[in-house]
This record gives sequence, structure tokens and C-alpha cells, in this order.
Amino acid sequence: MSGDPADLTIAEAAAALRSGALSAADLLAAVRRRAGATEAQLHAYLTLDVEGAERAAEAADAALSRGEDPGPLAGIPLAIKDNMCTRGIETTSGSRLLAGYRPPYDATVVGRLRAAGAVIVGKTNLDEFAMGSSTENSAYGPTRNPWDPDRVPGGSSGGSAAAVAVGSALGALGSDTGGSIRQPAALCGIVGLKPTYGLVSRYGLVAFASSLDQIGPFARTVEDAATLFEAICGHDPSDATSYRGVPPVVRPTLEAGPEGLRVGVIAELAGEGNEPAVLAAFGRTLEALEVAGAEVREVSLPSIPYALDAYYLIAPAECSANLARFDGVRYGRRLPGDTVEQMMAATRRDGFGPEVTRRILLGTYALSAGYYEAFYGRAQQVRTLVIEDFARAYGRVDVLVCPTSPTTAFAIGERTEDPLAMYLADVCTIPSNLVGGPGISLPVGRDGVGLPIGFQVLAPPLGEAVLLRAARAVEVLAGFAARPALATSEAR
Amino acid sequence: MPVPIDIAKVARLARLALTPDEMEAYGAQLGAILEHAASLQALDIQGVPPTAHPLPMLNALRPDEVEETLEREEVLAQAPDRDGPYFRVPPFMEDE
Amino acid sequence: MGYEAVIGVETHVELATRSKMFCGCPNGFGAEPNSSICPVCLGLPGALPVPNARAIEATVSLGLALGAEVAPHSVFHRKNYFYADLPKNYQISQFDLPLCRGGHLDVEAEGGTRRVGLTRIHLEEDTGKSTHLGASGRIRAAEAVLLDFNRSGVPLMEVVSEPDLRSPEEARAFAAELRAVILALGISEARLEEGQMRFDANVSVRPEGGSGLGTKVEIKNMNSLRSLQRALAFEAERQTGLLSAGGEVEQETRHWDEAAGCTRAGRSKEESSDYRYFPEPDLVPVALEAALLDRLREALPELPAQRRARYAALGLDAGAARLVAEGDGYGPLLDAAVAAGADPRQGANWLTGEVTAHLRRLGITLADAPLTGAHLGELHGLVAAGRLSATAAKEVLAGVLEGEGTPAEVAARRDLIQISDETVLEAAVAEVLAAHPAEVERLRAGEQRLIGFLVGKVMQVTGGKADPRRVSEAVRRAAG
Repeated sequence: MSGDPADLTIAEAAAALRSGALSAADLLAAVRRRAGATEAQLHAYLTLDVEGAERAAEAADAALSRGEDPGPLAGIPLAIKDNMCTRGIETTSGSRLLAGYRPPYDATVVGRLRAAGAVIVGKTNLDEFAMGSSTENSAYGPTRNPWDPDRVPGGSSGGSAAAVAVGSALGALGSDTGGSIRQPAALCGIVGLKPTYGLVSRYGLVAFASSLDQIGPFARTVEDAATLFEAICGHDPSDATSYRGVPPVVRPTLEAGPEGLRVGVIAELAGEGNEPAVLAAFGRTLEALEVAGAEVREVSLPSIPYALDAYYLIAPAECSANLARFDGVRYGRRLPGDTVEQMMAATRRDGFGPEVTRRILLGTYALSAGYYEAFYGRAQQVRTLVIEDFARAYGRVDVLVCPTSPTTAFAIGERTEDPLAMYLADVCTIPSNLVGGPGISLPVGRDGVGLPIGFQVLAPPLGEAVLLRAARAVEVLAGFAARPALATSEAR
Repeated sequence: MPVPIDIAKVARLARLALTPDEMEAYGAQLGAILEHAASLQALDIQGVPPTAHPLPMLNALRPDEVEETLEREEVLAQAPDRDGPYFRVPPFMEDE
Repeated sequence: MGYEAVIGVETHVELATRSKMFCGCPNGFGAEPNSSICPVCLGLPGALPVPNARAIEATVSLGLALGAEVAPHSVFHRKNYFYADLPKNYQISQFDLPLCRGGHLDVEAEGGTRRVGLTRIHLEEDTGKSTHLGASGRIRAAEAVLLDFNRSGVPLMEVVSEPDLRSPEEARAFAAELRAVILALGISEARLEEGQMRFDANVSVRPEGGSGLGTKVEIKNMNSLRSLQRALAFEAERQTGLLSAGGEVEQETRHWDEAAGCTRAGRSKEESSDYRYFPEPDLVPVALEAALLDRLREALPELPAQRRARYAALGLDAGAARLVAEGDGYGPLLDAAVAAGADPRQGANWLTGEVTAHLRRLGITLADAPLTGAHLGELHGLVAAGRLSATAAKEVLAGVLEGEGTPAEVAARRDLIQISDETVLEAAVAEVLAAHPAEVERLRAGEQRLIGFLVGKVMQVTGGKADPRRVSEAVRRAAG
């Protein structure tokens, strides 16, 4: 331990809390100090819930002093992406439309974390309505990459990723529709897990694309990510798309190691199109896996190129309907209008940023009369092909791997003029959202200027056990221990 | 060639009061993106069923039971405009 | 050239479930505005719908009752349009895979029975209610609109008929019969005046005997059976007038103006409804198991048409059969009466006549009245034995309804029992005949009407307690 509790992992902090070496109040204070030292530059947080966090820390300390074992997350400071409802606490989803909006209810995952005794530090920054790959689309200004503040942290869950990378939270929740947990995890050098679609309740998640959205954890280790996953997964009767079976059990096989693991390298994503440093780190990791006893082979998934196109029809179509509720009638910002129709149209035009507007228009068009079969309908059929393609591959391998992102963190402002270039950042992550299977990114190296490189593992739906086993094996082999220079509580 | 789109109609359907400049800009961007999607036209998907959900599930229903409602005040406190227990909005177009 | 109307009716029915369609808010709360709301029915960010199983069962029950096919695989769709009383600005409804398809309803029409086909029955959610402030009568010149979301999310069943109806009267009969079936199933209270059952119709006209279809016009805002009939009559005439004068009917949506008694063109919308239907991604399909369908089928109650047929078979005329079948509780009471020995026709007469009048007088319903089928059976017995005259029976009924006890008790207390003992009667008759020899002579000479006079005298002598029928017979016998 470096001595600063903000640098502990969740597992280490939980042990320290249980042994009495550390109190939840002190842990929270350390994390708040870290936030104090970093936020001016980082802008990871939109809202800090000072009172609520203190109350939760007190409650955790009280339970511990009574000799209770209140579970692995009690007293642990966590951050929540601001597109998840927290009762009475401002929830903006990164949009001007929801400035000042305080939901009258908690998202199910928030309720589960609270019930587990977690300390919710605050709400983190994101691309508006989770649409973007850099957090530059936030109406509240971008979050910066802790490794280089002139660069993006990735998106859309950039705030959560940056906070965990820097230690102003020990773990965080993000959401992933096309890579919005995994890509920022890669760009910020931490672990980011997107669970199987349906394993984590979406009730209380401000919807982007209903058939693709999933909530998942950020953490600094695979084990911590597993702990957070266990706390939030499981059937929710308030979510009709919530999986009703028993969630995967991941602990028993977590340390099983790479020997005998059948690893498939996705040919279409592991070649040119990736930066040289990314390819190099990826290749080194594959070698290490092979040496350690994994069977590594190349696998072709010819449907991959079409997955991107299908995603960029399905996601906007669903989001265009999901965002229709933002009309200034019942909550949020309202502009004046002579008629309610004018009021709605003015409110929406003013409230949504360009990226969101673009996707609403695209989605509305893709669903409109005469175009359904050609666009949305066809994309759903392509989705079937992608699922079948992956299923065939999983018949031969246990997990699929590829770089999480073709590049390391790019500069702020570099891609904002070209939406198409921005979309290409998600090419490695999108296919698994269509398939619904779990995916995880973990850091395996850094490039020539010290920026972290992410390694992605994918598994079949409900395959979290083999996914986390493989990820843990990679984590051990990669031995990534670097922290960003910004991860310090000293005044600069 | 970007696909031509009646962007004004789409904006009306989506209740977005875009300016003419905005419509032109978005129209062009959408056209470019849709060209991307045009590649899907080339695929042979004859007889391939559409997938709405990655995990096939059926019959996620709930029993006909009453549950707790929200406190009206907590909700109306968020309303941009209210009149007592009601939400208030400007008149409807058909009222003119 | 004569024209005939071709009419199809779309009926929306609010189901009487305890909770709303996609959330657990109470259904039918109503009293205080915005008192039955939650994130789901308010369209708050992050909310998700979960369908009400009972609403689905109710809809399927109606389909089974009407001979429809229940879809093995049914899907909810989003119907996208912006409207202030629609919180999500899309309505969760059904599109190409509704819960039920086909089916029919037989309706009494002029000259027989019309079998009206059904296209489909599906399930969706209702919207909130808007109140237009500053309105003067119609929706016009409002200053602001107030929104109440208590009704938002209430389960709404939509029944679409084929254009098989041929007159406004038939359409009304169809709507009434559909309502009777729904009430028999107990799935909605279908109170028209409260908007629990609402109608839209499609009307076109064509030359009599023709087979093609004219341009159809949609009529909205008919909220009672009477206005349905009036609106359709007006519209059919309007279209006939147009065509007869050489004009054309425009395809449009018109609104029924109850006060003015006419349909008016609706405000033309720029885009006539591009609803952009797509399968609801927050829900999964519904695939009802055969076992459930069997259970629902077995649980179907006797439907109005079946009940009317049963009463007709018992001897009731069509009018009486309908009245008893539709009267709240009348059917079961008649059934119990028949089981207790009452004659069906007589029992029906009592129910539709004396009992109904009396209930109205007392201001109560049959359910509140202390009348049982056993009572009617007993009453029948007393009349058949000659111990009560028909008139006395009515009085006894009144007494029973007022809570005076059983028919026998009431008859005794009110001293209504007739003398049916032959000996006593003979004696009274003999006494009267002896007292009026002249009339007896005239009667024997052929003046039949004197029977009445003599019977009246006997009734006087017996204090009105003789059975007039028997007296009349006895007088005839004695007079020769």
C-alpha cells in the first residue's frame, strides 16, 4: 500500500475496513482529497453527494464496529455515471435538457449498491445521453484523460473511467451500448466490464438503445470488477428484459489460469487499422498467453464489417424513440412556445447537442414510412447474422480477443468535426453489443508517449466465468501496474 | 453520392425546430452516414429472421397487483410549469 | 339510385384490472389528479414497462368468447407520435402480431341476424387526460392545457370489426352487444359516460347492391351508443348527398359534434400519422401456453347470445329474453326461480314488469332487494293452486320486495289468500244466484255479459277473496 487509501483496490480496502486498520470515514476522506486535488483538471464528476456519502460511511463504520460483516462493498467509495437515476440527486445524463433534474427514484443498480453498504461519492461526466466515444459531447464540458489532460478519456463513460484511474473513486458504474465502458477503460488504463445483456437491470438507466444498453463496472483489477458485477447482477422484475435464470458464478474459476484456454484472435480486428503500438502490445500478450499454456488461434468473423453498419441503424432508431420523452412537459428544461408543439420543438432543438440531434434524425429516418425494411428491418436481420457468426466461432474457442480500441487516447477536439471518424473508435466493441455477450477490457501496456493500451476479451452470452478467468490470466501475465501521474492527492 | 433525405420532414416527425442551416448540415451528415449503411443492401439476407433481443425470452409479465405510487409533490416539484395538482403546458395547435 | 352504408367500428375498452398496463399504479383511482403515477406511467427517464398478465388474459378471454384465433406469438410495438398527454411520446401498442385475430359477433339486424366479422383484438396503454383552460364549449381558444396522468398507462383493449355493418342501427346494435359480452366476462365496467368504452368508425357508401367499397371516412368522438348511431346516420347521408350531386367523398378524419348534430372535418395534419412502428425493445414477446388457453376457455361464462337462446328455448319471447338476459342479475334470478318450480314466462313477466317497476320506485337494484328465486317459485305455486289471483300475486311481490317476508307470509299478512275451496265457493255462488233470479234468467236467455255482474256479486260476498276464474266457472255451472 502506498499509504494513501485512495490508491487501494476494493479488495484491499474491504480487508482494511474489516480488520479495523481503516475506517470508512477515513477512506471516504482520502477519496474526497484525491477528488479535490484532481477535479480542477480532470472534471470527472458532475455532482458530489457530500452528505449522502458521509451518512453511508458512518453507517458502514457503525455496522463494522458492531462486529457485523456487512459485505464486500460496505464503506467502499464508488462513482455512478450520471445517466443512472439517483433519488434526490441531480441526474443530467450529460445534457442541458436535464439540468437540475432530481429523479424521484433510484435506479435498481443504485439501490443494490446502497443495500450493500457502498458509499456513493457522486455522479460522473459522460457524453450526452451516452452517445459518443470521447465525453466531448457532454453539455458540461469534457472530462480529461488522467494520463494526458490534452487527450480524451474515451466515452461515453469517460468520467467514471477517469475517476477510477485517478483514485477519486475505488470503483464506478458505467454503461455500454457500443463500447462505452470498455473503450474508456482502455484509454484510461483500467478494467471495464460489460456484462451479458439482461444480467444487470436497466431500470433507472436513462435509455439510449434499449436492446444494446448494459450497465457494468469500472475497477482497477479484474477481481474488483467481479465483486462489483456480483453486487449488481441478477433478475429485476421491474425490467422485462432482465434475465430470469441464475447469474453466472465467477469466483470458483477466477484463478484457474490460462492453461488449456482456447483463445480466438478476431482476424478482422487484430490487424491493420490498429496503431502499431496497440498491435505490438496485443501481440506480446498473445505470446505470453501461449507460453503460459493457452491455445491461441486466429478466427475469422466475416460479419464484423456489417456489424458497425447495423449498429448505426439499430441504436439511433431505438434512441430516437427513447429520447422522445424529453419534451419539456413534465420535467427538465423548457423553452417557451405559443403552442405545446412549438414549445416541444424549440425545447428539444435547444436542449440536445449536435451528436444527439444527429442520431435522433438518423433514427427517425430509419424508421419512417417506406424505409423500415431497408434500414431498421434489414439491420435486425444483419444482427442475426452477426450472432450466428459469433456462435459458430464460440463452438471452436472459449473466448475471443482483440484490441479494445484501434488507437490510444486521441487529442481533445481531434475528431469532433468528423462523426464518421469518431464512430470508427467503436469498431472493436460494437459487435459484442449486437451479440449480447459479455466483454471486458484491461490494460496490458503503454505506447511510446505513455498512454495505456487495452486488451479486450469477449465470451458467449452468460459466459462471465470463462471471460473473467481469461481476463485474470491476462492481468497476471501483463503485470500492468502503472498509474497516471495525476493520481496523487498532493497539491500541484 | 450521399443519399438524398427530406430532412425537414424528418425534423418535424422528431419535433426538432431546426434552422435551415442546421437542416442542411445535418442532412448532409445523415446522407454520408447512410451511405455507410447502404453496404448492407448488398448482403443476401433472404429468409434471415430479425433479432430484436440477443437473449431469446418470452412472457416477462407481472401479476395484477397494486404497488406504491410516487408522491405527487416530489414529481410536480420537477415540473417546468404546474397549476396546483396539474402539469401545465401551452395550448395545443388544434386549439387555434 | 339508392346508396347503402358500409361501416366498420373500432372500439376501445378500458379494462377493469387492479393495476395499470405496464406498472403497478392503481387503475381507476381518478379522484385527485396525478395521484396514481410512477416513473413508468409518467415517462420519467430510466423507467421500463412490464405487462400486466391479467390484462392479457382478459383480452384473450374476449377473443376466445368471440371465436377469434389467439396468436401463438404476440408482440408489443411502439407507436411513435408526439402529444402532450402521451408521456413517452410513443404509445406501447400492437402492430402486426396482435393477441387475437378474426372472430365474429352476431347482431340482430333488420330482417335477421348479421354476422359481423372481427379483424383483430389487441392491447395497448391509454393516455393521460388534458383539460383545456379558457375553452368556450369546444376545444378552441384555450390559454393553457392542464395535464392529469392518472389515466396514463391504463390497459386499453382495442376491438376492430370488419366493415360488415350496413346501417347505423346495426352499428349501434353491434356496439351494444359487444358491451354486453364484455360485461358478461367481467373484464370492464364499460361505462360509456365515463369514457371506459369509446368508439371510432369508418364509413363509406356505395350504390345499393354494389360490391366495391367507396372512399371511407373515419369518424371520431362518439361516446355513447346514441351518438354512434346519430353520427353514422348523419355521415352516411352526407356522403350519399355528395355522391348523388356528382361530387366525391374525400378520405379524411371527421369529428362528431354532439351539440350541432353533425360531423366536421378534422384539422388536417401535415403528416397524416407516420407512426414508425417497431417492436418494443423493452419488452419480450408473449407466447401463451395451451394450458392457459384451456383454462380461460373453460372459465368463460354464459355469453349474452347463449343466455338469450336459452330463455327463448324456455318459452320467453325475444323481447323478454333480451330484457332478462341483460338486466343486472335478472338472469340468475330467473334461473333460480325456474329451478324452484316457477314457470319461465310468468317468472320473466314478473321480473320485467312488477319487479322492475318496484325497484325503480324503491330506488334500489335487484342485488339489494330481498327477492330470491325460491320466492318466485313459491309464488308460482300459490298462483297455480288458485290461492292467489294474478293481481294478488303482484301485490305479494311488492310485499316481498319491501322486505315483509316470503310470499306465503306476505299473502297471509295482507289477507290475500283466495278462497279456492269448492264447497265455500259453491255456497257463495248459490247465495248470489238465489239473490238475483232475474239476472240468472237473462243469463240463461243468452246475455253472457251478466256473468261478469254475477261474478262481481260473488266477489263482494266473499270479500274479494275468491278466485275470479273459479267463480266464473262455478256461476256458469250453476246457472246452467
